[in-house]
Amino acid sequence: MSRAIYITGIGAISAQTEESIFSEKPVIYNSNIFQAISPNFKEYIPAMALRRMSKAIKMGLTAGKIALQDANVELPAAIITGTGEGCKQDTEKFLESMLAQEEELLTPTSFIQSTHNTVGGQIALNLKCTGYNLTYSQENASLESALIDAILLLKEKLSMNSVLVGGVDEISKKITSFGNLNGFLKQGKIDNLGLFSQRSRGTITSEGAFFFNLTTEYNENCYAKIKAVSNFNTDSSSVEISEKIIDFLSRNGLKLKDLDIFFLGKNGDLEQDKIYEELQISIFAESCQLAYKHLAGDFNTVSGFAIWLSCLILKKQEIPAILKLNTVSSTKPKNILIYNFSSNSNHSLILLQKP
Amino acid sequence: MSDLRTELKQSIIEQLNLEELSIEEIDNDDSLFGDGLGLDSIDALELIVLLEKDYGIKLTDPNQGKEIFISINKMAEYIESHRTK
Repeated sequence: MSRAIYITGIGAISAQTEESIFSEKPVIYNSNIFQAISPNFKEYIPAMALRRMSKAIKMGLTAGKIALQDANVELPAAIITGTGEGCKQDTEKFLESMLAQEEELLTPTSFIQSTHNTVGGQIALNLKCTGYNLTYSQENASLESALIDAILLLKEKLSMNSVLVGGVDEISKKITSFGNLNGFLKQGKIDNLGLFSQRSRGTITSEGAFFFNLTTEYNENCYAKIKAVSNFNTDSSSVEISEKIIDFLSRNGLKLKDLDIFFLGKNGDLEQDKIYEELQISIFAESCQLAYKHLAGDFNTVSGFAIWLSCLILKKQEIPAILKLNTVSSTKPKNILIYNFSSNSNHSLILLQKP
Repeated sequence: MSDLRTELKQSIIEQLNLEELSIEEIDNDDSLFGDGLGLDSIDALELIVLLEKDYGIKLTDPNQGKEIFISINKMAEYIESHRTK
């Protein structure tokens, strides 16, 4: 028997806040790289542990704890993390030390904390959680892979009642700036809110952490039901993608007309956005279309920002105008489809439903 | 002599990311581990590297650290008698 899976707690750290978006006063950035807004990490992490943590670890641990507090869960049965590029700040620190000190007398901390699974490990250490702990790194399908694992765990292990799942990626000085060289980032200063009107190559990037408490037990505080998550990783035309989306919806008992919101991973890159734009004027022409990367930047686990926003939209039954790409309205949003891809690979579909 | 102790405190603050502490807040006889500064085993590894990098002292037996890293005074005494640079 298939068990329903609910999101009962959410925690997010990004370049925006819940208040900035839902009060229609988004934070404006004039750079192609911008940082996440840090909460007071000391409220969540002991000072002696905090001192050697990079931003990814601080954000991941804090977002995870916020999600658990929100769900009123002290100890999850499992922790599953997705990260596209892991702990880049410590990786850079370690590599720079290697070069400066000619591979001798290297200090251990940055090396220990440079691995991709550091965030999941630190969350477990902080919570004293000895349960299942896994980290997925699959570029921009990392969080989605973690979600699929969480869903499988909850559906197969009946004893498991709470899984903390999330995604995290951080900015680092050098590795992130490589995006200026390989065409990933737009050249020069850009107003993030003008991302979709600039009509040029490249995008903007930032960092963040998005964690969710998943459970099979419904309660009145549930934000959303996760109906399904799917990844596909082949070069596809918009026609083929349309067929895949229709098939995905069909497998979950829905038709296109049942979708209230289509959340697109448009990132402002003229070439990449072509597929999204073709979908916008074809199968989703009658749907309320929303975007989010103009607010939070584009990075591997930013689809977590869309999940977080979707949870809030379903709970509040309110859609901030700053997200809207068209004039189709949805007064009582119930079904939300989040679609994301990067460079025509790692396509992902996440279907959320009002519980 | 006091310069070495001040230098050690500065290095420890920087190397172990203790930016919230100032040199004045660390007493020369404060325990570095446990109830004092509360350093842990990863810090001990950092201190072993610090000794070798800054003072040319190579600890072949990590257990030696237990006797050397008791306090700033103990570290300074060991460095003064064993330093090669």
